Amino acid sequence: MDRFEKLDAIVAPLDRANVDTDAIIPKQFLKSIKRSGFGPNAFDEWRYLDHGEPGMDNSQRPVNPDFVLNLPRYAGAEVLLARDNFGCGSSREHAPWALLDQGFKVIIAPSFADIFFNNCFKNGILPIVLSAEKVDQLFRETEASEGYQLIVDLEAQAITTPSGETIAFDVDSFRKHCLMNGLDDIGLTLQHVDDIKAYEEKRAIEAPWLFA
Amino acid sequence: MARTLYDKLWDSHVVRSEKDGTALLYIDRHLVHEVTSPQAFEGLRLAGRQPWRKDSVVATPDHNVPTTGQSGGIAGIADSVARTQVETLDANVKEFGMTYFPMNDVRQGIVHVIGPEQGATLPGMTVVCGDSHTSTHGAFGALAHGIGTSEVEHVLATQCLLQKKMKNMLVSVDGEVGAGVTAKDIVLAIIGKIGTAGGNGSAIEFGGTAIQALSIEGRMTVCNMAIEAGARAGMVAVDAKTIDYFKGRPFAPKGAQWDAAVEAWSDLHSDEGAHFDEVVHLDAASIEPQVTWGTSPEMVVAVSTRVPNPADETDSVKAGGMQRALDYMGLKAGTPITDISVDKVFIGSCTNSRIEDMRAAATVVKGKRVADNIKLALAVPGSGLVKKQAEEEGLDRIFVEAGFEWREPGCSMCLAMNDDRLEPEERCASTSNRNFEGRQGQASRTHLVSPAMAAAAAIAGHFVDVRSI
Ligand code: SF4
Repeated sequence: MDRFEKLDAIVAPLDRANVDTDAIIPKQFLKSIKRSGFGPNAFDEWRYLDHGEPGMDNSQRPVNPDFVLNLPRYAGAEVLLARDNFGCGSSREHAPWALLDQGFKVIIAPSFADIFFNNCFKNGILPIVLSAEKVDQLFRETEASEGYQLIVDLEAQAITTPSGETIAFDVDSFRKHCLMNGLDDIGLTLQHVDDIKAYEEKRAIEAPWLFA
Repeated sequence: MARTLYDKLWDSHVVRSEKDGTALLYIDRHLVHEVTSPQAFEGLRLAGRQPWRKDSVVATPDHNVPTTGQSGGIAGIADSVARTQVETLDANVKEFGMTYFPMNDVRQGIVHVIGPEQGATLPGMTVVCGDSHTSTHGAFGALAHGIGTSEVEHVLATQCLLQKKMKNMLVSVDGEVGAGVTAKDIVLAIIGKIGTAGGNGSAIEFGGTAIQALSIEGRMTVCNMAIEAGARAGMVAVDAKTIDYFKGRPFAPKGAQWDAAVEAWSDLHSDEGAHFDEVVHLDAASIEPQVTWGTSPEMVVAVSTRVPNPADETDSVKAGGMQRALDYMGLKAGTPITDISVDKVFIGSCTNSRIEDMRAAATVVKGKRVADNIKLALAVPGSGLVKKQAEEEGLDRIFVEAGFEWREPGCSMCLAMNDDRLEPEERCASTSNRNFEGRQGQASRTHLVSPAMAAAAAIAGHFVDVRSI
């Protein structure tokens, strides 16, 4: 996993609540056995006018000119602004893979679905929860000025708007540490092999049927 | 101190915890299917790691398998990309030597149906799977939730998950439901009340007399959709029904171990006076058969009512979402639900494909014919064993005589990864769990209902109150 660096990037606003992971990456693309290459199919059904299938040349497909992420002013956006319960539905990690592949490194919303939220951190994406009012304000500002950028500083846990306003955000200390250092959870957990073995020995006496 | 069921399950699985509350939680059972596991096995191989406890894994293909012509085995899967995925699962479980129910094994089926059926998921366990509907297994006092593929790899490699404890939430459904009202209606009514984000950050315990009165299958239906209420995990306390359900199942403990397990399981309920961060009450008697009208499971109403009007909604983001849903669904505000006609009917999925679901639907269609406007009515049992039992009871003939297609087990039209799907703008009465845009095929229109309500819609050609027939 890449380290999460400080980011200064264009913001794209996706003004819908309850955006689910089926919408982020439709199921026909889940047949891949790889982790990469999902970006061109992120939001496939909203983004293109035809029906997408794996293996198509996406550059030849008719794009939906009305879909917000297709607007030229949001090209290259790395911050996604979203509404309540973003990432609900299926646990598919293909959703953060697709968003990351599409270029998004930060997602800001008033709330996230739990599994998606967790999956983001495992892939180097920073999901940030802000109050509904702050998110509203960012939507207004993003839509009002073309080229709107935010500076996201994970170390300082602060977002800076073009007008210089700073907005603080919370992040779990362990997750912050992993994200900033690009750490692999598995390697960290395997430092506790002795604890896991001790637990298993104790548990096998208490509840032997779990180890039958 | 008085503890909730979730507190007890959590406490008994913490291996170690950090000062900030991040814990290493031990996982007893790991269910694996073909869609979310290939990248995890690949990661394991790339890092040169071995599975920590391969005996904790039970694997089966379900999402991609066709529901006709399964006798051709993997080679018979027409879609080459899907075939590769099932072949990859096959190769991975063989390489690592894990318990596997492949295509054509009578024990194969939807992972959340076969786990309990085999007794592979048991009370008191922690159960995970790379699938959000893992919450199903909480129905018998287990802590069960979906995980992403990175976590699948983490559990394979370490037998643990890094977790922070969730909040405790109690949803109590009090009183008795009326005739014709099922577990599916109860859970849809709950989601309608608390919303799809209502359970975010919580583990929900479902309690109250109406939940206690449900069979284990019915409780699975309720817990299955905890995720649609925003909660990763749903659970129900263990009682005598739970213990009866598991007795004699292939993976369940036997002899003295059974007795010891039963004793341990009898503590799997919330103590008197245990603290819940949030408590929600529903009056069971007021719950009617439910039908979703929109593109989120919280967009649900009683069958006797009408499609709601966005103009009546004060929250503008919500009203906008409602209007978008109505446009997508091709519906007008104010339309009586029973005036909505359907094109296809799907009875199946991990929510409603167990034997009692098949029985409930068969009871409604027995001796009748599906309406002329129904292009396809599918009955898809959740596992090879459900299929076998249904056939022994003659349910397959009832379905076929009524004009249904009786299929082979799998996820099928729940997510339409195989050939079972809706054409654009087709409308479906579906017993599955998600009515998202495109879920059952591009531009598909899904209405979530109970098996009896889906069966009744098939016969009438439109939604109808199952209590009136
Ligand atoms: S039946 Fe549907 S919800 Fe259940 S596991 Fe399969 S695809 Fe997922």
